[in-house]
Amino acid sequence: MNLMNHLPALALAVPLLAAFATPLVAAISPKARNIWVTCVSALVSLIVFGILYRVLTMGTQIYVMGAPSWNISLPSGFAIPVRIILEVDAFNALVAFIASLSALAGAVYGLKFVRKFTGLEFYSALYFLLTAGTLGMIMTGDLFNFFVFLEISSVASFGLIAFWRDRPEAVEASYKYMLVSQLAAQLVLVALAFIYGRYGVLNMAAFSTVVQPDLISKVVLVFLLVALAMKCGSFPMHMWMPDAYAEAPASVTVLLVAMSQASLVVLCRFCFSIYGTAMGTAVIPWTLIVLGCASMFGGVSMAVVQHEVKRLMGYHSVSQVGYMLTAFGVGLLALGDKTAMDGFGLTAVAGGIYHMINYILYKGLLFLCAGALYMAAGSRDLDKMGGLARKMPVTSALFLIAAAAISGLPPFNGFVSKWMIYESVYAVHPILMVVALVSSVLTLASFVKVYQTAFLGPERPQFAETHEVPRAMIAGMCVLAVAILVLSLFPSWTVNTLVRPAAEALVNKASYGAAVMGGAL
Amino acid sequence: MISANLPYFVFAVLFLIGLLGALLETNLIKIGIAIDVMESAANMFIIVLGYRNGGYIPVKFLMPEGVTNFVLPTPQALTLTAIVIALATSALMLSLIVMLYRHYGTLDVREIRRLRG
Amino acid sequence: MKKKSMRPLSVVARTACSMYGWFMMAFGAYVIVHGDVTPGGGFQGGSICATFLALMLIAHGSDYINEWLNDNFYKVCLFLGLFMFIGFGLMGLGWACDGTMMLNWATVPHDALATVKPWWPPSGTVALMDIAVGIEVTGGLSLILITMFRAVRLEGVVEDGLGKETGHDQR
Repeated sequence: MNLMNHLPALALAVPLLAAFATPLVAAISPKARNIWVTCVSALVSLIVFGILYRVLTMGTQIYVMGAPSWNISLPSGFAIPVRIILEVDAFNALVAFIASLSALAGAVYGLKFVRKFTGLEFYSALYFLLTAGTLGMIMTGDLFNFFVFLEISSVASFGLIAFWRDRPEAVEASYKYMLVSQLAAQLVLVALAFIYGRYGVLNMAAFSTVVQPDLISKVVLVFLLVALAMKCGSFPMHMWMPDAYAEAPASVTVLLVAMSQASLVVLCRFCFSIYGTAMGTAVIPWTLIVLGCASMFGGVSMAVVQHEVKRLMGYHSVSQVGYMLTAFGVGLLALGDKTAMDGFGLTAVAGGIYHMINYILYKGLLFLCAGALYMAAGSRDLDKMGGLARKMPVTSALFLIAAAAISGLPPFNGFVSKWMIYESVYAVHPILMVVALVSSVLTLASFVKVYQTAFLGPERPQFAETHEVPRAMIAGMCVLAVAILVLSLFPSWTVNTLVRPAAEALVNKASYGAAVMGGAL
Repeated sequence: MISANLPYFVFAVLFLIGLLGALLETNLIKIGIAIDVMESAANMFIIVLGYRNGGYIPVKFLMPEGVTNFVLPTPQALTLTAIVIALATSALMLSLIVMLYRHYGTLDVREIRRLRG
Repeated sequence: MKKKSMRPLSVVARTACSMYGWFMMAFGAYVIVHGDVTPGGGFQGGSICATFLALMLIAHGSDYINEWLNDNFYKVCLFLGLFMFIGFGLMGLGWACDGTMMLNWATVPHDALATVKPWWPPSGTVALMDIAVGIEVTGGLSLILITMFRAVRLEGVVEDGLGKETGHDQR
């Protein structure tokens, strides 16, 4: 039995089993829980790294749950796709690896961050469930399986956002997020029911081979786009994002960021690999572009005036998601057209994917630094902070790295991905690039404000005995910082080895279907 | 046309009732009930899609001899999963409502607005 | 805060509910075990078994229930059920040379059943996983009932423990 063949299923089974074993392990002692959490998170990252390595060397990996083959062959030779499969291609594997890195960082950070609160065994159990749900959403190849993992990760995140349960704002944020999330999930379920009723298949690759641009397919696409845009936090439906990201503990927010990107992964899956040119209309790409521009500008303008650090970063999340939606919308516009694709389409999609992985890394690092500020200063309000750079040198250096990455300053990876987005978006219409540049400038302005207020300046008397945060939290932050530095120092290697294959796997609808179906239905 | 598609019209009406309730109601418990109605409508829609005229239950050795017409079993499996998920989220929603009442003292969603701006 | 307790029902109602509760458990177990053939299965039978606790709570009142209630039993049910479920799934990994997860490794064709093993479920792993899910759902739903009941009645809430879980705002 070759264990390497079963890696995709293990990547889901290990966190799931660990989630339910955690209360038992934690009953032994708190130290046992710490060791268990660290080991299982590291194991999950290793498994997903193994999947990424196999995909980059051997092509798309398909894992069928429950039988050697994904279909039932009738005696007449006709094959019907019936089983649940996990389909991992270059795009999925890359985002899954970055998500598992952020889960590892959050888990290690959370060892010391929530140490003095009660109910920690359930916190760790829900954390593993959220990890399993996020990885499942990214790696699945079956539509209903996606819905189940969407709900698993949503329910786990409702509990984790309300972790500080004696704080009224946390419970309110969790309830608001629950309403938006349930609405989105029910829209997804109705869309899946439409697909099943009209086409009779629930397998993503099989659906991509039979989809036609008729009315039902367009209704399905609209429902799915609205629902997944709600989960990503794009402009009209973004109100839950600053609240939920601010009120959750910082180690949880890292994983919430990864979960919203998992919804964006599935959104791209639907638009590029499943519908592709069968979309039949240019309204959908332009809707994505308009939503993206509105999110970019609206998010960052609301962020500049905030007082609270994590709420400010939550609004920046809205704006960064806008960048990705605009990039993918531009890629969709160029989809049927070979010259446009070579000109700016593939660059747009590659820029969107690169921005996605950069965003998970630097936004995770920003939230972890904000959590460190919260723990050291006792408050999230910028008016009460000041002069902390001397007391917390490591945290301020890591914050500087992350803030430079998000603003798109040249040596860092944010610059490369934003450059790819700018040059591809300019080819569609110059005003889109103007909006993106203005948002970038405002992002830089707000992070200069945060850095100067929180870290620079004269020391305040109430912070006389503040000291650096515990080493476990620094270790968690360093995981993400090392990943950002690796992506920043080797940009051409990253783009050629990781991002370009992912972009080509995403836009190539025929190969996605053929990898499973073998070219025939 | 309406009598043949009656289940779909009922689904549409129920789903819209749930959706409008979730968006327009001001009492927390009524919002929870509206989301439950929406989930039940979606579950009903999935089951109705599996129906075939004159079909029997999809268990092979419980069907009478010589019968080849049975309703589809896949929507039934999908609906079971969806019902379990709806139960879990309803339980969590009610727990959060209890905690919100204990913190804010009111069930009116217009008063629960400490996170603003 | 003064904790008001739920008052028990009358003697007739209590006796009838006590007897009926165990029939309900037997019916729930029937629905779980026959899940692969008749309508029902793990989740439905588990819910029926979990309403046993709700019936006892309403009939006997909260004081009497709190004396014999031990929520560790339900936690054990929950974890045991889940480990059995994932264990059956992972056992498919090593079964055949090309086994995958959640392989149906215990299935026997229906015609061969009467001669080979009359007591073996013909649907194989599905029936075993049904039982695991039934145990797990019983434990899980009972825990939900107990927790919500305690939260609403404010039992188990220590007076001076309120207000500690608010984040790092308090130093």
